[in-house]
Amino acid sequence: MSAKPKLAIYWASSCGGCEIAILAIHEKILDVAAAFDLVFWPCALDFKKADVEAMADGEIDVTLFNGAIRTDDNAEMAHLMRRKSKVLVAFGSCAMEGCAPGLANFADRAQMMRYIYHDAPTVDNPEGVDPQPQTLVPEGTLTLPGFWNTVKTLDQVVPVDYYLPGCPPEAKWVAAAVEAIVSGQLPPPGSVIGMDVTVCDECPRERSEKKISRFYRPQEIIPDPHKCLLDQGLLCMGIATRAGCGALCPSVNMGCRGCYGPNEGVDDGGARMISALASVLDAKTPEEIDTILDTLPDPAGYFYRFGLARSMLQRTALAQENGDRRAHPMAEVPHLDPKLKT
Amino acid sequence: MSEEKIGVYVCHCGHNIAGTVNVEEVSEWAGHLPNVAVAKNYKFMCSSLGQEMVEEDIKQEGLTRVVVAACSPHMHEPTFRGACQRAGLNPYLFEMANIREHASWVHQDDKEAATEKAKAIISGAVRRAEELEPLEPFRAPINETTLVVGGGIAGINAALEIANSGHKVILVEREPSIGGHMAQFDKTFPTLDCAACILTPKMFDVGNNPNIELLTYSEVEQVDGFVGNFTVRIRKRARMIDTGLCTGCGDCWERCPAKVIDFVYESGLGYRTAVYRPFPQAVPKYPVIDTESCIYYKNGRCKACEKFCPTGAIKFDQQDEVVVANVGNIVLATGYDLFDARRIPAYGYGRLANVFTSMEFERMTNASGPTNGKVLLRDGVTQPESVAIIHCVGSRDKNTNIYCSATCCMAALKFAHLVKEKTHAQVYNFYIDMRTAFKDYELFYNRLLEEGTHFIRGRAAEVTDAARQPGEEGKLIVQAEDTLIGKQRRVPVDMVILMVAMEPRADASEVAHRFGIGCSDAGFFTERHPKLDPVATMNEGIFIAGTCQGPKDIPASVAQGEATAARVLSLIGKGEVQVEPVRARIDEDRCSGCRICNNLCPYGAIDFIAEKGVSRVNPAQCKGCGTCVAACPSQVITGQHYTYDSIMAQIEGLLYDQRTPDEHVRVLEMEPA
Amino acid sequence: MVDYKQLNPAWGDRAPVIIGFLCNWCSYRAADLAGTSRFGYPATLRDIRIMCTGRLDPAFVIKALREGADGVLVMGCHPGQCHYEEGNYKAMRRVALLQRTLAQLGVHPDRVQLAWASAAQGTIFTETVKEMTEKIALLGPMRWRDNLEEVAPPTQEGVAT
Repeated sequence: MSAKPKLAIYWASSCGGCEIAILAIHEKILDVAAAFDLVFWPCALDFKKADVEAMADGEIDVTLFNGAIRTDDNAEMAHLMRRKSKVLVAFGSCAMEGCAPGLANFADRAQMMRYIYHDAPTVDNPEGVDPQPQTLVPEGTLTLPGFWNTVKTLDQVVPVDYYLPGCPPEAKWVAAAVEAIVSGQLPPPGSVIGMDVTVCDECPRERSEKKISRFYRPQEIIPDPHKCLLDQGLLCMGIATRAGCGALCPSVNMGCRGCYGPNEGVDDGGARMISALASVLDAKTPEEIDTILDTLPDPAGYFYRFGLARSMLQRTALAQENGDRRAHPMAEVPHLDPKLKT
Repeated sequence: MSEEKIGVYVCHCGHNIAGTVNVEEVSEWAGHLPNVAVAKNYKFMCSSLGQEMVEEDIKQEGLTRVVVAACSPHMHEPTFRGACQRAGLNPYLFEMANIREHASWVHQDDKEAATEKAKAIISGAVRRAEELEPLEPFRAPINETTLVVGGGIAGINAALEIANSGHKVILVEREPSIGGHMAQFDKTFPTLDCAACILTPKMFDVGNNPNIELLTYSEVEQVDGFVGNFTVRIRKRARMIDTGLCTGCGDCWERCPAKVIDFVYESGLGYRTAVYRPFPQAVPKYPVIDTESCIYYKNGRCKACEKFCPTGAIKFDQQDEVVVANVGNIVLATGYDLFDARRIPAYGYGRLANVFTSMEFERMTNASGPTNGKVLLRDGVTQPESVAIIHCVGSRDKNTNIYCSATCCMAALKFAHLVKEKTHAQVYNFYIDMRTAFKDYELFYNRLLEEGTHFIRGRAAEVTDAARQPGEEGKLIVQAEDTLIGKQRRVPVDMVILMVAMEPRADASEVAHRFGIGCSDAGFFTERHPKLDPVATMNEGIFIAGTCQGPKDIPASVAQGEATAARVLSLIGKGEVQVEPVRARIDEDRCSGCRICNNLCPYGAIDFIAEKGVSRVNPAQCKGCGTCVAACPSQVITGQHYTYDSIMAQIEGLLYDQRTPDEHVRVLEMEPA
Repeated sequence: MVDYKQLNPAWGDRAPVIIGFLCNWCSYRAADLAGTSRFGYPATLRDIRIMCTGRLDPAFVIKALREGADGVLVMGCHPGQCHYEEGNYKAMRRVALLQRTLAQLGVHPDRVQLAWASAAQGTIFTETVKEMTEKIALLGPMRWRDNLEEVAPPTQEGVAT
């Protein structure tokens, strides 16, 4: 038993979809069980952090780490798993580029606390209680991990060996990763396990030269099933998104949402979308441009839906007062979402 | 981080840089930048000693990149690329840091800030240099045919010089005949030789030179390609005359019943017929039918010309013809427009009958002109007894054009002389400054002073027919401050001549855009360098001559026309051009065929290869603007010499003193509790 | 040395830094002309020559902000005057979409500006730099990296009972 390589699976700030993706490799999970000694998998197995701490450094052969880093606890576990693992894999979009948890970087801690514990319509908190990192109870002090202002990707906290993109990663790539690990045929460290081209490469729709005179939201038109969605004015991130999913969303009339992140070699997926889309707008004056762009609400939300935490700017700016950053963003830009404003 | 050995050379440029930027401090500082192996400063890097220093260091120190911090790359990038090449370093591994035009000259009041900015610029250049890749210039043969646009005196001389050397020229002229403005003149200053006598032999030569294909009544519609290899589309407007049959006998225009005012050649003082040849010495000799005034095109009747044409050359249904030609070089000699004197209402042109423009007066004094050379008032019979000549009409005036039109002073002197010669009238010149530069011009001015012309120094304020004083009745009164005596003067005259400015052609900016060159603020075509490269433009293979570049007289226009010929011939002599390898390249293995780029190229250089599902750039058509490079959503188009990595590195370099360690590589040092 | 503290105390002893992207044919030459004409302007601009504003990749702008620039100025040929026909229109559209996107990320649109100058317009170039410097000076420093520093959670001050 102990001759088998040791495998750990951990989740930080994530939804659990990645664990399901692991199970979605179906019968191959048996290969995993046969090939590996599963030493830590909080979602499925009853091992504790103390069990990991008790291991020697580097004792775990492979850790599949999903979820973003948004609390002191997430970071602590990232450091622990890093230290105990020979190979650390950023598994899924959250660990790789922040994904949905990373959208919190459009706000900051204070705003989130205020909204979640006070302002959200469903909140019932008459005494205005805020969660505190330490709470004194008769039995002693209870603690909660510190909540970060900025959600980070795994590799912004610890060095990462491999990346497996996707929200969640497609089963075939999970299987490919498992096979690679089992066979020892691993690509060079730092590699993304997957394809380097974009979703268009796998998309069956017919593309033509582009000229966009307005954008449509999915509920506004019924698209031609054979033509490129972007050619029809439906926002599709496929042009700037790593292939590997088999163009799942475009195949069902839904524009690619970009969950595989930018393709190989791209620093900032949002910049690529801005450049590409703006280039093909059918407009030559600021007024015409504005008219078209008004049909594209929330561009940052579209372009950085999965990759904000990994993007070059990583988050929204914090406002300044006399040179000090305050937890009070977007004061420079007054016309934003009223929900987010104080 | 790359392992390059970079040489950084900081130029003093005499006092130009060193007077503001602390060059010693900067070069000392640059010596400590990563990968910088050599950092020096020198008085004049562009001198042969400076260049040799670079060459020596490349050989001795094994430099792999060179950065010269000096002037604008538009000034000396070719110089230092040459030095690198001589020393065996690929010239595209050289980078220029512009610390003169962009630092020392613009921050002279803040030496500290200028020095800090120079450091940032150099830091950016060094980082960019690390990312540069060796490139080979794109070589292409030069088409030996030259396109000359504009058949005025500048274009004629350019065409003749090139054609006489044995190379083909296509000369395109918008009007029915070549000759330009000079063909309208009678005498030319300061020698007073007859314009026609010196111009028409040249026009004849153009018409008869077997190397010149003359396309009159034609315009260039489209220009594609690059130096040595332009493709031009020329629209030959329909003359309605079969030039193969026409002998230029003149029967048609003699019988033509439609008379219209000739605003072009006769400046509105005379008439021409609907079928017309602009002037007797026109080249080519063939007339054109002006379909807007021809009776046949109005009501389908007349056809007098057709009836009387002995050769059957009239072709009412002739269509415009489009000629597509391949040429290697292009000379633009498109000339000027005259300032519309009605834009200064105070001078009364168009309202007061006896206010004339300088061109009207030119025509009047021309022996073959509308008055057969007589100086007459608008009534066509009365000789003036006094004439005022107002200088600077639309020149040196912030309300119209701020520049000096350069020729009007001399033309005004010529007019004064001709008035005296033909009428014995009193002549009053109202001038701001008398500008008689260039050979023998001042002598002519002295002659006029002796001839008794009155010179009143002061810009004329107004020309009016409202008499206020005795002796002013029935006269035109020119009001001006005589600044030499400090008094207002009212001078009653019979005739006023307005020396109107030379202006850029009304469509100059459109034409400039078509040929890919620039215009100055005033609207004249911009030369590559105002002093040292006056007939070249920023677009290689496109040259400018004559008044399209700025106001100038005949000798200067001729000289420029011939200068362009020399430039063209030297390129033809080389046989091939080297074009900057700044080109876009698509990595087909990584292209997913999204087709974002397909529509973006203004030159149609991007093709979609359907069977492979990828896009491809045709390097011969690509001009290297980088639009597709930036637009590519998967970032698989490389912009050679302006690569993503090189610009990103330059940004980091420029902000070397602002940036902090990169978050992506920074790993939080956090131990588990 | 201009004292930017007076416009916004957050500057301290710093001066604004603006990264410029100038096209080879018009605005870079306008900047050269400003130089040869000795037209002074604030030493805030650090420029990069690109062949055409069509080469402007929004990633460059984002990178400059990330690396510590307080603003980015993109200058090209006037609309209709682009040396490459239409590159400046593409820049116009990209900057417009980029400004909208950056606004959502808390970056004031004035920090990323687009302007035009022909090769003959050294004065327009200098005026543009002056005006932009003033606007940025009023907005205060950007120092993007400060946004990423993890500040102590405010809740740690209190201990609940």
